[in-house]
Amino acid sequence: MLAFVLQRLMQAAVVMLVISAMVFVGVYAVGNPIDVMIAPDVTQEIRQATIRAYGFDQPLWKQYAIFLERLATGDFGRSFVYNMPVLSLITSRLPATLEITLAAVLGAALLGVPLGMYAGYAPDSRVSKTIMAVSVLGFSVPTFWIGLILIFTFAVSLGVLPAGGRGDTLSVMGVEWSFFTANGLKHMLLPSINLALFKMALMIRLARAGTREVMLTDMVRFARAAGESEWTILRRHVLRLIAIPLVTVFGLEFGSTLAFAVVTETIFSWPGVGKLIIDSISTLDRPVMVAYLMLVSLLFITINLTVDIAYVALDPRLRARKTT
Amino acid sequence: MSAARPPEGAQHRSSQSEGTPVSAATSLTPAVQTPLRMFLDEFLESRVAVVALSVLGLIVLLAIAAPLITPQNPYDLATLVLTDARRPPGFVGSKGFTHWLGTDAQGRDLLSAIIYGLRISLQVGLMAGAIAFTLGASLGTLAGFIGGRTEALIMRIIDLQLSFPAILLALVLAAMLGQGKWQLIAALVTAQYAYFARTAHGAATAERSKDYVEAALSTPLSAARVAFRHVLPNCLPPLIVVATVQVANSIALEATLSFLGLGLPVSEPSLGMLISNGFQYMLSGRYWISIYPGLALIVLIVVINLVGDQIRDQMNPRLKR
Repeated sequence: MLAFVLQRLMQAAVVMLVISAMVFVGVYAVGNPIDVMIAPDVTQEIRQATIRAYGFDQPLWKQYAIFLERLATGDFGRSFVYNMPVLSLITSRLPATLEITLAAVLGAALLGVPLGMYAGYAPDSRVSKTIMAVSVLGFSVPTFWIGLILIFTFAVSLGVLPAGGRGDTLSVMGVEWSFFTANGLKHMLLPSINLALFKMALMIRLARAGTREVMLTDMVRFARAAGESEWTILRRHVLRLIAIPLVTVFGLEFGSTLAFAVVTETIFSWPGVGKLIIDSISTLDRPVMVAYLMLVSLLFITINLTVDIAYVALDPRLRARKTT
Repeated sequence: MSAARPPEGAQHRSSQSEGTPVSAATSLTPAVQTPLRMFLDEFLESRVAVVALSVLGLIVLLAIAAPLITPQNPYDLATLVLTDARRPPGFVGSKGFTHWLGTDAQGRDLLSAIIYGLRISLQVGLMAGAIAFTLGASLGTLAGFIGGRTEALIMRIIDLQLSFPAILLALVLAAMLGQGKWQLIAALVTAQYAYFARTAHGAATAERSKDYVEAALSTPLSAARVAFRHVLPNCLPPLIVVATVQVANSIALEATLSFLGLGLPVSEPSLGMLISNGFQYMLSGRYWISIYPGLALIVLIVVINLVGDQIRDQMNPRLKR
């Protein structure tokens, strides 16, 4: 087990290095940030001085080497647009994204799994057919469209919820959280619902597929023959069996939700990291782009590693094979 | 497989048509029951899937016939009249024809723009799906077939790419490559080929240990020919399932990228761009500029998903009792 973890950690480090190189080269090929940073009518001297100050006159590999050197001390550079250290910029906006992502994923799991299990348990009932029809919609409709409809319905027509922005925040443990205030919750509701719908549809479909397959197995047949109630069967046998793939998807989808928050944050003007990356792509804020992509890769590699380890720990079949 | 099996076919049909006697009368006479025909019969029994397929066919026809049936070409900037901009549905424009769905901010007839938008979406989605399919399936089959360190290397790269969300990958690539149809297709293909590769690899690995592969390899046929002409066709069922999901995903991804401003150029309005242009007008009550393109996009994606669902359910061996 330990050897497995160590091996994966080393692979992860190599992968991070490769990704950092690819991201660096890719981002620096996007455009010339000098044109964005300084006015076009400055003198040549000022232009040259700025280029030299930022190190843009160095060859690409040298810029990369300097970048890696600074990275070793934890310095991701300074944002071109905000002129503050990139790491503190990202960490200041991270809580906002985490709020809606966590709310969305929890909501999707708590609502989606029971609905999906019911749809798989009684697949021909009218209720489950409705659930499946709605889930197809939630699955197919692009996130930005649902966001538009939500804004239109709740903010414009009914006027009960705000159309964008983050509510009042409360500082807990030195970090600004908005779900401790009533106003903050009101602002958080629509973006979270927007993010959650896609995940919920996914959870419903997965739970339904898993439940349908498990209900046809011998195990359930024997449990019924032993006299167990349907409720016990669902709770004790089915739920535990479909938990493994669900947890795997849950973990992987958390990272994907964080990425999807990009669209939601743009529509609702939610000041999170997603909006940051979109803005920095359009303003060619290279340090922010590089740092964001690297941090996201790190997050994904960590999540995948955790899920892999959890998988080996949860599934006894894999565990038995590993000890031989 | 080519021998006629009327008793089995009839039994299959009669067991499925309990409660739907109409289908027994309308299904084909039991001449030759090939697997394809059984598949089609089962497909035709699901009303939802049939309706979805017909709507999809209608959309495809509309898209192909777009230049012939639309009253205005939304790409031709010379035909747009700015004073007709932002008019509600039913407005009769200065060119003399009725704008059934209203006009957008540039004076484009929304109905024409939507049909052309569907056309672009279908083009991009199908092309990206087809290229990703070919690339991914070939790569995955080769990896599964060759085995050894090449397989391990290729699959590591694929797994790496799969752990990244497609939207982020497509976003960054679209930003790097710039605007344009082929750049967008390249970004979509790069984001999606990994799904096909992984599925193909799994299927190829399962097939590799089967007897017919060993038999084929003992003949003078080259390994590549065996891989592509013998193993790959047997890996197709799960690949087709992935393909239906990925085409819908491509269309949704393209729309999202256009909505965010990356992807297709402004002169070729796709549905995503129409929606994003109309977003700002939604808060002032001019809902039609965003809503109608959005509805068209949803209908397209939903019918593709419904057809794909039915195909998927039919091909899943674990659901056959």
